[in-house]
Amino acid sequence: MTTWRAATVASTARLTSTARSIVLDVPGWQGNLAGQHLDLRLTAEDGYQAVRSYSIASVGPGQLVELGVDKVVDGEVSPYLVDEVRAGDQLEIRGPLGGWFVWRPADVGPVQLVAGGSGIVPLAAMIRARRTSSSVAPFRLLYSARTPDDVLFAPELDNAGDVEITFAYTRRAPDGFARKPKRLDRTDLAELTLPPADDLTVFVCGPTGFVEAVADGLVSLGHDPARVKTERFGGA
Amino acid sequence: MAVISRGFGGRRRRAEEDLPPGQYLTEDFPVLSAGPTPVVDTAEWEFVIQTETGARHRWSWDELQALPIEEITKDIHCVTRWSKLETTWRGVSLDTLFEQVETAYDYVLAHSYGGYTTNLPLEDLLDGKAWIAFEYDDSPLAPEHGGPARLLVPHLYFWKSAKWVHGLVMQTDDEPGFWEQNGYHLYGDPWLEQRYS
Ligand SMILES: Cc1cc2nc3c(=O)[nH]c(=O)nc-3n(C[C@H](O)[C@H](O)[C@H](O)COP(=O)(O)OP(=O)(O)OC[C@H]3O[C@@H](n4cnc5c(N)ncnc54)[C@H](O)[C@@H]3O)c2cc1C
Repeated sequence: MTTWRAATVASTARLTSTARSIVLDVPGWQGNLAGQHLDLRLTAEDGYQAVRSYSIASVGPGQLVELGVDKVVDGEVSPYLVDEVRAGDQLEIRGPLGGWFVWRPADVGPVQLVAGGSGIVPLAAMIRARRTSSSVAPFRLLYSARTPDDVLFAPELDNAGDVEITFAYTRRAPDGFARKPKRLDRTDLAELTLPPADDLTVFVCGPTGFVEAVADGLVSLGHDPARVKTERFGGA
Repeated sequence: MAVISRGFGGRRRRAEEDLPPGQYLTEDFPVLSAGPTPVVDTAEWEFVIQTETGARHRWSWDELQALPIEEITKDIHCVTRWSKLETTWRGVSLDTLFEQVETAYDYVLAHSYGGYTTNLPLEDLLDGKAWIAFEYDDSPLAPEHGGPARLLVPHLYFWKSAKWVHGLVMQTDDEPGFWEQNGYHLYGDPWLEQRYS
């Protein structure tokens, strides 16, 4: 698990104007838990290397591993992954990594997912893992995105069966959408997420500032901090 | 095996030569935590070292502030790959705290408010290698960075520098703490790139 392996880009697909799905072919991949991430390493012609972490959107057997990458303007790695990389290109990965921010099909308790932007990636993996395992654990997702055009995996989320999904927008909402565009606040969390409960697990993922604000809000609403699991992607 | 990523040029940053393998320089101070940020009031804060006899050496916030305070300038390295050079802190050396502590055990498990734990060999905390830090960059340490006080062990990956530190329990063995149970290395030397178990 700790060694670098070569991966080949099998396919890519636009998710939004700034985000892309990248499917890697990783010989020897042993599968992963929903919520885990991998380290991805790029090497330039002259040997210069850069490494970043990316959550894994896919679950289940097979050696195809899907990532969802949103472009950070002025970033070093994400613009390459979103705009440049194409099928057949090679890079290296190490993983799967992380054993805390994970959901297992054997976990029967209710689950509240809260995503900000590309923070949907590991949570989408949890929704996929729930579906493929026929789990009946109650799942609810609150997904904050800039605009309706910035929702990653939109078609899939529209068909997520009995997962209760609520969208919230920070810049522009669809016509007729009741909630005005703004960041999630404590009132939103009280109205749009499951209330505190002993068997509830909450997963919060997104940019660091988003995770800080949401996790603080949840604790102030009475959630047990030990049941609020967070993944901070970086940035402000 | 050379795997070249076609079309990747990279944006070289300064002074990467001075960093442990696989790290890059950042000017930011990113946050890595497993859950929400605990809020700890200094009026209730205490730091406790517990030994094999059950003895509990305890310092309140004011008692800690009355001990000799050191200014610390160190490079720090996070397992999520950012490094920050010459960060400045104020805090109390673990050497000062351990002056009063008798123990034959070689390991500690650091405990934090909020339930976080991390394991370290005692020798990595002594001889000027570790502090209880409560100021960063001339300001009180912010809660998301571990305030009111965190362990500062800059020669290991930064997850060993337990935020919101509450105390140390002496151990006979090197029992894994929170991240160490969740896939991270038992020791965590950045120069040997001991990231994962
Ligand atoms: C465990 C983990 C999982 C992650 N999973 C994903 C994922 O599934 N999809 C995804 O798109 N990203 C994910 N990230 C973020 C990713 O690792 C990179 O940080 C991101 O792609 C930016 O890299 P870069 O090289 O383009 O930018 P850099 O060159 O590293 O940074 C440029 C500037 O952008 C800021 N910045 C860095 N990261 C972010 C961010 N996330 N948001 C806003 N500003 C930022 C930096 O502070 C810096 O000022 C994850 C991060 C972690 C720690």
